[in-house]
Amino acid sequence: MSENILDSKVPEGSIADKWENHKFSMNLVNPNNKRKFEIIVVGTGLAGASAAASLGELGYRVKAFTFHDTPRRAHSIAAQGGINGAKNYTNDGDSVHRLFYDTVKGGDFRSREANVHRLAEVSTNIIDQATAQGVPFARDYGGLLDNRSFGGAQVSRTFYARGQTGQQLLIGAYSALMRQVAAGSVELHTRSELLDVVTKDGQACGIVVRDLLSGEVTPHSAHAVVLATGGYGNVYFLSTNAMMCNVTAAWRAHRKGAFFANPCYTQIHPTCIPASDDFQSKLTLMSESLRNDGRIWVPNIEGESRSAADIPETERDYYLERKYPAFGNLVPRDVASRNAKTVVDEGRGVGPLANGVYLDFSAAIERDGLETISAKYGNLFDMYQRITGENPYQTPMRIYPAIHYTMGGLWVDYHLMTTVPGLYSIGEANFSDHGANRLGASALMQGLADGYFVLPYTIGDGLAGRLGESAVPTSDPVFTQAVASVEADTQRWLSTNGTKSVDYYHRELGRIVWDNIGMERNKEGLERAISDIPALREDFLKNVRVPGSADTLNQSLEKAGRVDDFFELAELMARDALTREESCGGHFREEYQTPEGEAQRNDENFAHVAAWEWNGAGNTQTRHREELTFENVALSQRSYK
Amino acid sequence: MSTGNAEIINVTIKVWRQNGPSDDGHFETYDQAITTDASFLEMLDLLNDSLNEQGLEPIAFESDCREGICGTCGVMINGRAHGPQKATATCQLHMREFQDGDEIVVEPFRAAGFPVIRDLAVDRSPLDRIIEAGGYISVNTGAASDANLTPVPKDAADQAFDAAACIGCGACVAACPNSAAQLFTSAKIGHLALLPQGQAERWSRTEEMVEVMEEFFGSCTNHGECHEACPKEISLDFIAFMNRDYVKAKIKNRALSGQA
Repeated sequence: MSENILDSKVPEGSIADKWENHKFSMNLVNPNNKRKFEIIVVGTGLAGASAAASLGELGYRVKAFTFHDTPRRAHSIAAQGGINGAKNYTNDGDSVHRLFYDTVKGGDFRSREANVHRLAEVSTNIIDQATAQGVPFARDYGGLLDNRSFGGAQVSRTFYARGQTGQQLLIGAYSALMRQVAAGSVELHTRSELLDVVTKDGQACGIVVRDLLSGEVTPHSAHAVVLATGGYGNVYFLSTNAMMCNVTAAWRAHRKGAFFANPCYTQIHPTCIPASDDFQSKLTLMSESLRNDGRIWVPNIEGESRSAADIPETERDYYLERKYPAFGNLVPRDVASRNAKTVVDEGRGVGPLANGVYLDFSAAIERDGLETISAKYGNLFDMYQRITGENPYQTPMRIYPAIHYTMGGLWVDYHLMTTVPGLYSIGEANFSDHGANRLGASALMQGLADGYFVLPYTIGDGLAGRLGESAVPTSDPVFTQAVASVEADTQRWLSTNGTKSVDYYHRELGRIVWDNIGMERNKEGLERAISDIPALREDFLKNVRVPGSADTLNQSLEKAGRVDDFFELAELMARDALTREESCGGHFREEYQTPEGEAQRNDENFAHVAAWEWNGAGNTQTRHREELTFENVALSQRSYK
Repeated sequence: MSTGNAEIINVTIKVWRQNGPSDDGHFETYDQAITTDASFLEMLDLLNDSLNEQGLEPIAFESDCREGICGTCGVMINGRAHGPQKATATCQLHMREFQDGDEIVVEPFRAAGFPVIRDLAVDRSPLDRIIEAGGYISVNTGAASDANLTPVPKDAADQAFDAAACIGCGACVAACPNSAAQLFTSAKIGHLALLPQGQAERWSRTEEMVEVMEEFFGSCTNHGECHEACPKEISLDFIAFMNRDYVKAKIKNRALSGQA
């Protein structure tokens, strides 16, 4: 296979000096010239809101777009457990280097060292910034910040705000954004969905959006475009993502030349509430922090019919504690998830559909008291009870893995710029920092690192040389053509007039993806997916029915375009997973495992990022590589025993 | 076992249909069979599937996270904002709260400040205007000092959190006979005023947010319906706190107190 090698533009120098040196060597835009540049930010979750606010503060003219009715709805809000920061407030030996090390190792050696180190460096600034904004992090009785530990780490470096850390951090970023909206430096467009990225002479020059209420399609131009549009977990239909999360912005950028990296790296979260019905709309996550105090077990025997309380200690298998004595219930997410699948597949699953494992708090309640456990997890327990009708203070929770996060995304260099000049991607939408597996409490950290502390520097370097250049006017043919093409797509959906709903196809697609590109993959299944997905898509294009009209709120129409993009993405995920002949992190190929059933990497042939180039509809994409070198963390087989 | 008691019930859904902001709107009635383990919104999903199959337009309603935290969902269910279960957003309400044979009346949030967009979807953007007026602490990125430099008494931090838990769903406004937004506004004011970081702008913030609130929403006459409907059970104490701070803000000589 002839594969081009991508240049990640990682600066020279020792790992600890790269970012510092780079900040000094980058070109700057002087304060009075910043107002001459327009920047579009799409998405207003943690990454997008923090970037738009920070760029506005710097003096750039920012236009922020969200498809929600207000920026505060973005799915970052649902993150429960916490955010990592290498503060070492607990005096337990944490440091920037340790957070860097844990993240590279946790990512199963498939992330870019330089990016991860920078992430760890700025992690401490994020905690300071959020605290200054009024984020009510948990505190101890002395009034100082409290920490807890999370999967994949042996130090307590996670800051949290009860079980609503994402909500509180997003409200912080949202309020910073609204302050800039009030100041006039950010123009906010709500209920506006990106439907195309516009380029001229290979350079990103703007976007086309549809107003979700009036249906009006409008072009917007800028000197740079930033996509902060989240991950693609909803390709599985059932995931812990919010209903509207989608890949459309990233995918349309991909179709305009932005390479898509590592789409097969998807993360399964081990602690979700198992599905109870066929028509279930989404899965609900229970924070991973529960694994600090909950013990995971299943019955020793298959087909156990007794309820949890009636199964004596000696007939319970605390399988994580048994197999991984050092980390126990706190092994990384991929390890915890696969082990749950193993025991359920063995017929030892619990609950009415035998599709879960127990997460048991009785020992913790006995040790710490009901009050302590309730103070830590009260809102999670309440949520669990509302959904299942069961009281987790009395009976163990039932949990099972579900898709939760996607490590893959738009390929970006060290500047967070995609392969399209002027087009940047931040937060979950890019592929950059988590390798093949993300550690808990690191998504919030990365979104805010990119938005507050990385992009505002690196974007200036890209703009500095373009002083005096005006943005491409929206009357330019590149814009009018893009608008016409979006409008034509809309008409095509409305006139297809088939018989089945968009949701029907989304559900069917999700089944194929979960069965073949889920927690475990193999060659046969992936090849099946590669043939089944386009066949289903053909049916979708012919037989879908999108009711209503284009000039009003039309949720079926919105979904049709999103699901169509999921089809193309799903096929690429299968191809990426098939090509990567190894197991690593969230990508587990059954053919490649150690005798103990752990992921077996192939560093000789696959210590690289796979970045795919669009070659036009219906054509196979080209696979490019970015070689990964590990100079600071020795490649090793992950072990949590 | 949770689903041990799940059963299928038949309910009649009387739902508000309105084509657009200027349309008059009317009720339509549908029958739906549903398992009690389903959520209320999954019941509406199923109903929409069958409308779609019959070639009819689905009912427009908003939701996103379906975990009760994003604040996107919210309808009136039998006259109550977010329905019958206390401290529960619409998306977290499950059909086990209903009985076989029930008629369930579903309407959009009704308030002058929240015009109907279509069917059950309303425009809650005035809440953003209130935040824009001062619902923040002015600290530019990079200007923060070390997070542990300023201890915050645990009680203050916990209380601030109780206020900050607001999800901005607007149920407080919808439940209020006056369509007042005092609970929403006071939650944000209380959150920031309880923290040392929020002191510098305390008085100007209170004054400006309250005055923008009054442009869009009615007046508070202490009914307390907002608290009853609030999925996060935000306390009425925050309204009292806001009112007190508003009066203080009006009489304070801010130049002398050194606070804006």
